[in-house]
Amino acid sequence: MQPTDVAKLTIRATDKSWSLNWGEFWQHRELLYFLTWRDIKVRYKQTVLGVVWAVMQPLAIALALTVFFGRVVHMPSDNLPYPVFAYAGMVLWQFFAQALTESSNSVVANERLISKVYFPRIFVPLSAILASLLDLVVSLLVLALFLAWFHIAPSAPIVLLPFFVLPAVLTSLGAGLWLSALNVKFRDVRYTVNFLMQFWFFATPIAYPTSSVPVRLRLLFSLNPMVGIVDGFRWTLRPEGAFPAQSFTLAVFTATVLLMTGVYYFRRTEDTFADFI
Amino acid sequence: MQTSSESDNGLAIRCEGIGKHYRIGLRPRYRTLRDTISDMARAPFRMLASRGNTPARVDRDVWALRDLSLEMPHGEVLGIIGRNGSGKSTLLKILSRITRPTEGQIEIRGRVGSLIEVGAGFHPELTGRENIFLNGAILGMTRRVVDQKFDEIVEFSECGRMLDTAMKHYSSGMYVRLAFAVAAHLDTEILLVDEVLAVGDAGFQKKCLGKMGDAANQGRTVLFVSHNMLAVDSLCTRAICLHEGRVVLDGPAPSVTSRYLQTWLPAFKEVHYDNVETAPGNNVVRLHRARIRPLNRAPTDQLTVRTAFAVEFECWKLASRARLTFVADVYNEHGVNVFTTASKGDCTVSVGLLRASFIVPADLMNDGTFRICLLVSLNGHAGAEDIEWNDLLAFEIHDVASEIRGDYHGHWSGALRPNLEWRTELIESFPASGAGAQVLL
Repeated sequence: MQPTDVAKLTIRATDKSWSLNWGEFWQHRELLYFLTWRDIKVRYKQTVLGVVWAVMQPLAIALALTVFFGRVVHMPSDNLPYPVFAYAGMVLWQFFAQALTESSNSVVANERLISKVYFPRIFVPLSAILASLLDLVVSLLVLALFLAWFHIAPSAPIVLLPFFVLPAVLTSLGAGLWLSALNVKFRDVRYTVNFLMQFWFFATPIAYPTSSVPVRLRLLFSLNPMVGIVDGFRWTLRPEGAFPAQSFTLAVFTATVLLMTGVYYFRRTEDTFADFI
Repeated sequence: MQTSSESDNGLAIRCEGIGKHYRIGLRPRYRTLRDTISDMARAPFRMLASRGNTPARVDRDVWALRDLSLEMPHGEVLGIIGRNGSGKSTLLKILSRITRPTEGQIEIRGRVGSLIEVGAGFHPELTGRENIFLNGAILGMTRRVVDQKFDEIVEFSECGRMLDTAMKHYSSGMYVRLAFAVAAHLDTEILLVDEVLAVGDAGFQKKCLGKMGDAANQGRTVLFVSHNMLAVDSLCTRAICLHEGRVVLDGPAPSVTSRYLQTWLPAFKEVHYDNVETAPGNNVVRLHRARIRPLNRAPTDQLTVRTAFAVEFECWKLASRARLTFVADVYNEHGVNVFTTASKGDCTVSVGLLRASFIVPADLMNDGTFRICLLVSLNGHAGAEDIEWNDLLAFEIHDVASEIRGDYHGHWSGALRPNLEWRTELIESFPASGAGAQVLL
């Protein structure tokens, strides 16, 4: 063993830096792949319907929204047929809700791993989110069927669709980092997340369009990053109206703030996860 | 300057004054927001209370490690021994970066592989093959390395037939064998090992020990935490003994283990904890007291091979629905499990302080130093794991003259020295002299 050419590591009692250790992430990149792969592989084990569940959930809620809001209340739906409007919103929302819920519980759920092995802890909430992306892809395929059924020809902006998924990933990661780290010390988080997601659902234009929100409240409303993301996502399907530039810019900004503070809090607490978990 | 840099280069691990501080009582139970709020609300009252000369609750602050400095040259195999709670596991957790020290600094040269628990990250729904790759990645092996060693791992685990079966269908023995097989093929320069050898049946343990010996012979640096003195003696070149978070013995392995057995271990014929909140355990069971009590004698009398003694455990039972089973393992100084005994039936009494005890009859134990590990099985009680207290009690049994010995005064070998009834009788006597000789011829 040549001691001169091996890596040197220094562990100090306090580490004030909060930058991410990218070199270490690269070193462990295969672990991120395996953790994601495990989450995907295990999710639909011993279910009869399997990955069909990924579509069933947004589909069922979109159906309920269509019946009650579309048919009964006659909710406006901008320039999309209400079923397409509701399902498109639900596809993105379902991804966000699942990614956030799974990542919030991920650190505590992987308690044994975290208290017995060292690896970049951030991979745990991150892999939970990446695993949720598979469900999103499956339900997007069904969205394509919706568009065909309602004779909506995709136009050029549809290629931008993934760019509206990215801020949703960043938002769920930011919030997931906060909640998963808080969950280690405060198990209240588990119960709060369900409540939070319901509240967040009503604050996001899934069942109703942003155009029905009073103009003077729009700015406040758009502080919720999911507003700009969902509106932008829907815009790519039928880009007839104006692009929701203001709310989308605001969404990117709030999502970034959420992510940066989430990374910071996670970095500050991850060293002692094993002591509290 | 030159000499110091030279010696630095030869070091694999250098710890300088590391300490780890825990707030006991907060650590085992997770906090809820309510706790934090009530703590904050209580803080001013606590200040008032301490002003009134009531002792503050300082017993909640514990240093699991304190001011520990350690240097390990490359290629050294170091055994770490010490009683339960002496800080051994905390040291490994800090070195493997699972948790950060409260004070001090550590320098490590070389890639670190830690085997604090084998099979960490195994998922019961995945097949053996899938788990080998997953577990390998968790331990820090690349897929290429696992691919290369795959056949070796499978062969070592002796689970080849079950490779494509979900691991939930594995027996516990197979589970552990596969887990160790993956871990054993970790090829980092530095290896941190915590008692993983205490797995599997005797044959597999021997195989694991052999693998550890290989690691040592390949010039790798190994830290080995163990309760098995024989393993430490045979594997390690050097050993340290921890007590209350500090190094109390340091030197060649055989001398450290023998001094540990003589001077540090026998001091614990009785342990007790007065505060139900800080006592070891979990939210179902906490330990109040454990002791060895000679029967029909003063408690201070030394135990001899002729003394019957009781082993008593007193625990607070905090959950009324839990069904408890107590299992005591008795080990001798060589790490041999002399016997194991378990409470019969489930203990279903309601909450409160309870005592579980058994009696070891006179003329059963051989002389020597023994230690008792207690396992409290909660029989799958939700929300808590079974409890295992290693080296909970340690005691010495002295030799005295007894009828068993007869005229022999030398070393009496064997793990036990039972007073068994020997009967010697004549089955058939020879006829009167002369005639007998004729019969035989």
